[in-house]
Amino acid sequence: MSVVDTPAAGGNRHVGQAMKRREDPRMITGRANYIDDMVLPGMLHMAVVRSPEAHADIISIDLDAARSSPGVVAVYTAADLAGDIQGPLAMVWDPRGVDINTPEHWPLKQGEVKHVGDPVAVVLAESKGQAMDAADLVIVDLDAKPAVVDPEKALEEGSPLVWEEFGTNKTHEWAVAGGDFEAAAEVTVTQRVANHRTSGAPIEPRGSVAEARGESVTLYSSTQIPHIARFLLSGMLGMPEDKIRVVAPDVGGGFGAKLQLYGEEVLVTALARKVNRPVKYVETRSEHMSNSHHGRDQIATVTLTARRDGTVTGCKADIVADLGAYQQLLTPFIPTLGFPVAGGCYKIPAIDLTFTGVFTNKMATDAIRGAGRPEMTYWIELMMDKLARELDTDPLELRRKNFIGKEEFPYETPLGIVYDSGDYHGTLDKLLENFDLDAFRKEQAELREKGIHRGVGFSTWVEVCGLAPSRAVGPQGVGLQAAFWESAMVRVHPSGSATVYSGASPHGQGLDTSFAQIAADRLGIEPELIDVIHGDTDTGPFGWGTYGSRSLSVGGEAIARASEKVQEKAKKVCAALLEAAPEDIELADGTFRVKGSPDKSMTMAEISGAAHIPPQELPTDIEPGLEETSFYDPENFVFPFGAHACIVDVDSETGKVEVIDYYAVDDCGPAINPMLIEGQIHGGIAHAIGQALYEQVVYDEEGQLVTGTFVDYALPTAAELPDFHTDRTETPSPVNSLGVKGVGEAGTIAATPAVTAAVLDALKPHGIEWLDMPLTPLRVWQALHTASGPAATEQGKAVPEHGRGSAGSGPTSPGEGGAL
Amino acid sequence: MSQTVPLSVTVNGERHESEVEPRQLLVYYLRDQLGLTGSHVGCDTSNCGACTCHVDGQSVKSCTVLAAQCEGAEIVTIEGLGQEGNLHPLQEGFREKHGLQCGYCTPGMIMAAADLLQRNPDPSDDEIRHGLEGNLCRCTGYQNIVRAVQHAAAAQRDSQRAEVSA
Repeated sequence: MSVVDTPAAGGNRHVGQAMKRREDPRMITGRANYIDDMVLPGMLHMAVVRSPEAHADIISIDLDAARSSPGVVAVYTAADLAGDIQGPLAMVWDPRGVDINTPEHWPLKQGEVKHVGDPVAVVLAESKGQAMDAADLVIVDLDAKPAVVDPEKALEEGSPLVWEEFGTNKTHEWAVAGGDFEAAAEVTVTQRVANHRTSGAPIEPRGSVAEARGESVTLYSSTQIPHIARFLLSGMLGMPEDKIRVVAPDVGGGFGAKLQLYGEEVLVTALARKVNRPVKYVETRSEHMSNSHHGRDQIATVTLTARRDGTVTGCKADIVADLGAYQQLLTPFIPTLGFPVAGGCYKIPAIDLTFTGVFTNKMATDAIRGAGRPEMTYWIELMMDKLARELDTDPLELRRKNFIGKEEFPYETPLGIVYDSGDYHGTLDKLLENFDLDAFRKEQAELREKGIHRGVGFSTWVEVCGLAPSRAVGPQGVGLQAAFWESAMVRVHPSGSATVYSGASPHGQGLDTSFAQIAADRLGIEPELIDVIHGDTDTGPFGWGTYGSRSLSVGGEAIARASEKVQEKAKKVCAALLEAAPEDIELADGTFRVKGSPDKSMTMAEISGAAHIPPQELPTDIEPGLEETSFYDPENFVFPFGAHACIVDVDSETGKVEVIDYYAVDDCGPAINPMLIEGQIHGGIAHAIGQALYEQVVYDEEGQLVTGTFVDYALPTAAELPDFHTDRTETPSPVNSLGVKGVGEAGTIAATPAVTAAVLDALKPHGIEWLDMPLTPLRVWQALHTASGPAATEQGKAVPEHGRGSAGSGPTSPGEGGAL
Repeated sequence: MSQTVPLSVTVNGERHESEVEPRQLLVYYLRDQLGLTGSHVGCDTSNCGACTCHVDGQSVKSCTVLAAQCEGAEIVTIEGLGQEGNLHPLQEGFREKHGLQCGYCTPGMIMAAADLLQRNPDPSDDEIRHGLEGNLCRCTGYQNIVRAVQHAAAAQRDSQRAEVSA
């Protein structure tokens, strides 16, 4: 791990400021450019014909009525596109020594369908309405087969098979261990923890428009990964990359759901070439719920071992991950992604993890905000609480006893992961300065006398992000067939304004603003004079996109480095013109000047003018122009952390949980823009409260999707959420020169265990020690009414739906899906 | 569905005479026929509110209204609320208080909030939260939206006081 501790050359005039977002003016006036706002001359609309069955043989597809429907230009099935789409959709995880059952996955299905929504045909028509009308006229004759929905049942002998060709529903097993896990310990606690299936649900649905021109094709898509999409399209379409351009316009939220190359993106691109007219597809919300990948859906059986004095000695987890019917881009990898922080922020000398992937007749799972880390954080935090109960000790004291001390960084875990920096006592101390726990406990006891169930739950979390050191996660490392550096190109124009090109592809994070702040300090010009361009494969160098809380710590660092290269060259030009040595030139207060002679100075505009139109005094060995590129591959991940407290009231008559207060102290290193950090934390916490209390993708026993709209899949509204009291500490990361760590997923990773722990604290007098999310009124009410006091304990024994061993997204009680 | 019906509406102060399919939803009329793409479609079930605009002074989810139902109506969309250089206090408030991230829900959120402030110029935080519960945001956690609406409410009250005292 490299240690870079040089402060930003030139000082921070803009970094650290709560600068207002440059993205906002177009968005608050209705002038943003989202994918569905694009209209191209001659554009056709694509509608997709989908399977209403979870598992079936395709007997026949009758296209005649659709073909003669008004406005229809073409109707295609997979067989019609054999020459147009030459390869299947990719899954890019190939860990050494592990075979992952990966079926061929084509944008349109032949022979069989494997989940509700599986696409079998497409219609192209002059209008969206005509395309949808015609899609309804396609007659798909299906012979339904038994579906498997529950991942634990899918692993049982005799279960129906999603894919006969593999002879099993098990996709793979991947294990990692370090230290000697000894099950025989002074104290052992074990728990089955379900982390249910969720949807990313950005408010903008997915969509794409493709246009072919001559030998080339352009895909405009609501994506987080334009460069990866182009790379994959090149293979699937049999076209060289240079003939394909992918552009992400304004993207209305991603949350991982747009970290994917979907079949529909391939279809519009192939069809635009085939019919030689632009083609647009925008999914309906119901299509988002059935066909944009889902997240989570894991069942972990976790054991913590400890000494009687509270020293945690080991952590073992067997994780069953429901992957759905197909392997999308990162499907089997995502459950694994949290493994570097499986021990949380605790010194645990032995960690032993086994991941088993399972096919079911459901949509594929893949990355959704947090992607593997929320699941692991959920169980390590709740298991620490459980251990505290077992030891009859205070859960926060137990945490403090096991925290990695701030002087122990860099800290190597038994899995060989090196945590970069942290101060876990610091964030918890600050949390308890902001939240008076003693006063709360007093109030809680008084309220209990009045029959009001109030509880508090804590989460002292750490996550791993900043994807990533390519050698750690690439082909020779964890086995992703990819790299994860990021690119930046910084171009100063002759008149002194600049353009920054990033390979990241932000979609709501506000990085246009923070990237400009980083460049401004290093170029000595105002952020207003810096344009930030991203999300277009034809403008800047290759880049890996925005996900995994990577864009600031990797993409931002690349911008810092490219900007500093420009600054070095600017100093040379300046030195030559001011007749000084380059090392005597300093950038201060926005000007380049000779140290000790502040009257001898030049602005960046003057320097750039000279770099582009060289005067005689400029030595010929200085190349003209002022433009530099950086490809930055970090040497380690970064590890943000924090401490959260959630306060809830539980209505014992209805089972309804209300989050009444929330405190968070987070540490993502020094702030580039504190306003943006606060916004990311707010949104992340809200997302996690949604998962903990309201949101769940539910399939019934036949594999029918019960939660197909926002009527059934309940996102939290403003009325369900309280104000969040957020605060920060700043512990720099030694990994990058900015000292920054990611923040986009932090709240989502941190908050679910705090919410659940708060509900369990509120229900403590009823002897309820465990509840699986989502903590809907029905689920809480059932737990309250089956608990008969301190003796009755775990929901797993008490509530029928879990007695059946149902999965995180398996059958639940009717209507339970997202009931508020 | 080639049959159409005539429609005469005023949108953002401009009169339009159009032919629409009877099934045409107002949001698609605004977006596809008038090119006013600031009103967004996010859900198809009237849950998300990204399509919210004003019809005869009241906020409506324009995915829930047929264009043909709006015969003779005065419609205001986000584009008509205020423009750069002449922003509505709510637009100012959303920028000032970081009330938006991806921006997709923002036009609908602003239009719903404008209706709320017309009815209640001095709302409590709780009244704002309940007043906007028909509009979904996935990015912000709503807290800064509440701050943005409070910012706008205060600005509107200040300017009204200034008008009264002038």
